[in-house]
Amino acid sequence: MKKLLPLMKKYIAFAIASPILMILEVLADIIIPYLMSRIVDIGIANRDIDYIVKIGLIMIGAAMLGILFGVLSSFAGAKAGYGFASEIRQETFKKVQTFSFANLDKFTVSSLITRLTNDCNTIGQTTMMSLRMAVRAPFMMIFALLMAFRINPSLVSVFLVSIPVLLVVLTTVMYKARPLFLEMQGRVDKVNGITQENLTGMYVVKSFNRQKHEEERFRERNDRLRDTALKAISIVIVLFPIMNLIVYGTIIAVLWFGGHQVQAGTMGGGELISFITYITQIMMALMMMSFFFMQLLRGSASVSRISEIFETESEIKEVSTPVKIVPNGNISFQDVSFVYPSSTEETLKNINLDIKSGETIGIVGSTGASKSTLVQLIPRLYDVTKGNVLVGGIDVKDYNLKDLRDQVAFVLQKNTLFSGTLRENMQWGNEAATDEEIIKALKQAQAWEFVSTYKDGLDHRVEQGGDNFSGGQKQRLSIARALLKSPKVIILDDSTSAVDMTTDAKIRRSFKEDLSDLTVIIIAQRIASIEDSDKIIVLHEGQVESFGNHETLMRESPIYKEIYESQQKGVLME
Amino acid sequence: MKKDNKHKHLKPRDPKKTLIRLFGYFKYNMPLFLIGMLSIILSTVASIAVNGLLSPIIDAFVDKAELAVVIKYLVITVVLVIALSIFQYLGNLSMARLAQRTVHRIRQDMFSHMEKLSISYFDTHSHGELMSTYTNDVDMLNQSLEQSLSQVIVSIITVIGTFIMMIVLSPTLTLVVIGMLVIMMSSVSFVGKRSAKNFRRQQGALADMNGYIEEMMSGQKVVKVFNYEDRAIKDFSERNEELRQASTQASTFGVMLMPIMGNLSYVLYALVSMGGALLVLKNRMTIGNIAAFLQYTRTISRPITEVSNQLNTLFASLAGAERIFAILDETPEIDQGDVGLVTKDDNKFWQVPQENGSHELVPLRGDIVFSNVEFGYVPGQRVLKGISLFAKPGQKIAFVGSTGAGKTTITNLINRFYEINAGEILYDGIDIKSIKKFDLRSTLSIVLQDVHLFEGTIADNIRYGRLDASDEEVVEAAKLANAHYFIKNLPYGYKTVLDVDGQNLSQGERQLLSIARAAVADPTILILDEATSSVDTRTEKLISEGMDKLMKGRTTLVIAHRLSTVRDADAIMVLEDGVIIERGDHEELMKQKGRYYDLNMGTIKLD
Repeated sequence: MKKLLPLMKKYIAFAIASPILMILEVLADIIIPYLMSRIVDIGIANRDIDYIVKIGLIMIGAAMLGILFGVLSSFAGAKAGYGFASEIRQETFKKVQTFSFANLDKFTVSSLITRLTNDCNTIGQTTMMSLRMAVRAPFMMIFALLMAFRINPSLVSVFLVSIPVLLVVLTTVMYKARPLFLEMQGRVDKVNGITQENLTGMYVVKSFNRQKHEEERFRERNDRLRDTALKAISIVIVLFPIMNLIVYGTIIAVLWFGGHQVQAGTMGGGELISFITYITQIMMALMMMSFFFMQLLRGSASVSRISEIFETESEIKEVSTPVKIVPNGNISFQDVSFVYPSSTEETLKNINLDIKSGETIGIVGSTGASKSTLVQLIPRLYDVTKGNVLVGGIDVKDYNLKDLRDQVAFVLQKNTLFSGTLRENMQWGNEAATDEEIIKALKQAQAWEFVSTYKDGLDHRVEQGGDNFSGGQKQRLSIARALLKSPKVIILDDSTSAVDMTTDAKIRRSFKEDLSDLTVIIIAQRIASIEDSDKIIVLHEGQVESFGNHETLMRESPIYKEIYESQQKGVLME
Repeated sequence: MKKDNKHKHLKPRDPKKTLIRLFGYFKYNMPLFLIGMLSIILSTVASIAVNGLLSPIIDAFVDKAELAVVIKYLVITVVLVIALSIFQYLGNLSMARLAQRTVHRIRQDMFSHMEKLSISYFDTHSHGELMSTYTNDVDMLNQSLEQSLSQVIVSIITVIGTFIMMIVLSPTLTLVVIGMLVIMMSSVSFVGKRSAKNFRRQQGALADMNGYIEEMMSGQKVVKVFNYEDRAIKDFSERNEELRQASTQASTFGVMLMPIMGNLSYVLYALVSMGGALLVLKNRMTIGNIAAFLQYTRTISRPITEVSNQLNTLFASLAGAERIFAILDETPEIDQGDVGLVTKDDNKFWQVPQENGSHELVPLRGDIVFSNVEFGYVPGQRVLKGISLFAKPGQKIAFVGSTGAGKTTITNLINRFYEINAGEILYDGIDIKSIKKFDLRSTLSIVLQDVHLFEGTIADNIRYGRLDASDEEVVEAAKLANAHYFIKNLPYGYKTVLDVDGQNLSQGERQLLSIARAAVADPTILILDEATSSVDTRTEKLISEGMDKLMKGRTTLVIAHRLSTVRDADAIMVLEDGVIIERGDHEELMKQKGRYYDLNMGTIKLD
């Protein structure tokens, strides 16, 4: 919370005004029953019509002031609450933008989404409620008690019984209900989980004729949810009748004891009536406070989840006078070792490599050979644990991060397009790219052949995640997007796996012919995609097993030879 | 293809119809509904009576009446209060049960219906939207049924009952109350209208924001790689500001209602005190009457505030209910087949009804014929153009061609995920349209490129192919699929619990599992969508061996991405743009020097 509170600064005036206005409103509400008792006990008793009218008008005036203060307070509360929420959301989003890949790995995508959406909203609502309820309820109770005491101190002792009883009931119910509500949330998640599972796996469900089976699985979870919900609700439901019993019990007691005093003439009838009104107000305030605590519990969980984001720092730091320009596409690895933050084992061990500007380099190796890890060190998506990675002869740590990543383009294995137009997506690579430049990049990535068939061309809609394109189309668009950066180095991390082999070959050819200065690094499962590279790195268990061209590797690398032969089996030329 | 309805409707189109349909669900729990209604009515009436009793009690005290009279009234009050509490408990409990059971039923109906919808429905509706209806809308409906239903009933009875009591106590003051209520109602509708408008704006902004966050967080690594952070922050700020303004306004109007109504009721309180006092002076009312009347002015304004406060939520949940019913109204997959599968002496036969009422038994062999099949996912856009082909029992047919050529579509037609537009597909000589879908699909298995696994253990997932498979059969299938080795090495072996969609397994392991799953199903026809990427060579070898073993003795249709696997196919179909442009076995096609030849050469050497 400490980290979050300063974000309230912008809205501090509203955050202070709201409760003050609220107190004023409460004062108006409290004074009215008292004034009423004056009308009855003085006005009626003295048959003083002027007095009755005068007090009546004061009451109306007080109520009007109550409206004014109340409306202003809700306005200020909303402004402060949602302003606070929006500041928090903004700061959280900004913070996430500074996250390194390692940070992003730690928080998962779905947890980041819920933090930015649900948690931020909950904090906003809780703040708004706190500003209103947390002030209203206690003040209401204190003022009403004071007034009750003022009217008749001896009757207040009735509260000594009823308030503790109410408190005990409230806490017992909350205590019992809370775990059940948590359990219920878990059950809801289960029901939602199976729904999601079936939505995405409908092909499998249908092709195995498992509809009935799935319905049964769902029924089981659905029944459990209903039963838990009923258990939880049955407990909460007890609250209202008991509340009623206590409130009316108090009223009856007050009527009994107060009534005698009225009979004895030591208390006015109006006073008795107003006392009853105060009872209702006090009890309501207590109820309100207990609900507020419930909300606060929800809010506190959200606060700690947001704080977690604020407390995370990216481990990738820039030097004070960074280099801005990558002179060429030379890359070298000097004694590089790498350990993932979540692990203790070395993922990469003593890597030494020299790659010249304009070369095409292929990387092969089995899953777990750390191919992706190796190339992610080049644009400094992760920092090496030991050794140095040099691009253009300069240590990547000495570059301005933005400039390094602009000039070392990276096409990720799991690539995403974003909703908007094709042009907007391409402009991720270069904000100022003209249509000609975009088309050129699309042609180089062999994407123009399908983009050119769209009637709306570059204005063609891209759905969220690029779902309206096939896997191969998405990969080609991602490559075009990366090319628009006019990089010195481009890294393709298994980025043509869904592209058919002819197109795949065309892409590589266009790299060779049009972009001869570009250093191209290709990770591929298919040997065919890399065998014509200038050099091929064979990675094995985090180490470079061999490094050379196809012919050399066929002679020297047993691993390479094995992979090659397993893939060529049966398609050798006649 | 997907409907873009990000901005959901928050206003029901036809609230009356939706409400009637919703209430229709109560018929399954009629006794609960009746008991609940009755209890709520009784408890509300009792609470009105209790407030009314204030009048004689206070008067008795003020007039210094006999203690016995006071005690009599007090005893009645105590009895009423107890009755009130009991009925309130019963009423709320019944209504909560009713709500839970109703929502439980709706949820079950929705899920069952989902299972019955055709695949094309899921193609044309975004999963996010559907998911939101299945979760958020149901949740909203649940809350509304649980809280608002009894509240509305209580409110109506309270208002009516209180009015009657007020008229009895003082018709003149009742007129004041009516006047004030008119003012209150008009402020409710004044604020309510603005609140509803802003509430919709807020929901729209919120949906927009959530969509944006979801998209950006999913692509956050791309953002980093493209230095897009600053632009993302700028886009985000705009949406965030819009959301802030919308929420502030919506909530100001929403929350404003409470102090306005609360204090207006105090104005009424003041007017009643004043007017009451004047009437007492004219001997037309007693002090006790004032006490009761004042209590009534408090109780009559509360339901109005509460109901108006919930109006937005109520409408939103009705709109949600409309979306729920819209899903329930979707026509389920059609199945007019009358040919079923029967087992006789351990052999399976198609039971084809004859015109004279008898049955002809056709042995299940796995013979497939496509003749002039035309198909398009969207009317007017043909994906398959006059496809004709055949597969004899036990043959392996491979489909080759670029993405979008129609390979996957062909296989999707055999199990009738989609209905063909023209031509016919024969299975063992029978038109598949006349075969019962359940029986048709039970003879087919698909191993998809994109493996979908279910929450549960490894064994559960293999057994998905055939629910009554024994443990031995599961292990047997895993061995055949070459999956046994990796499963054995897992900490809990076959009992290892998978995460949602098996995220804790590698791509290759997931594919091995899906082969095992198909193996346990023991299908007559096998459809393989060959895996392409993200699998290392060793695993790939395991997978292709597993597939080879699985294919033995079955009619197999392979969507091939790698030419090495099509070489031994009995027939290779080269598809382009929905047309088979070349067909034949490997040797024949290589001799033709057509597209297949080019593809083959391309893998060996560029240019």
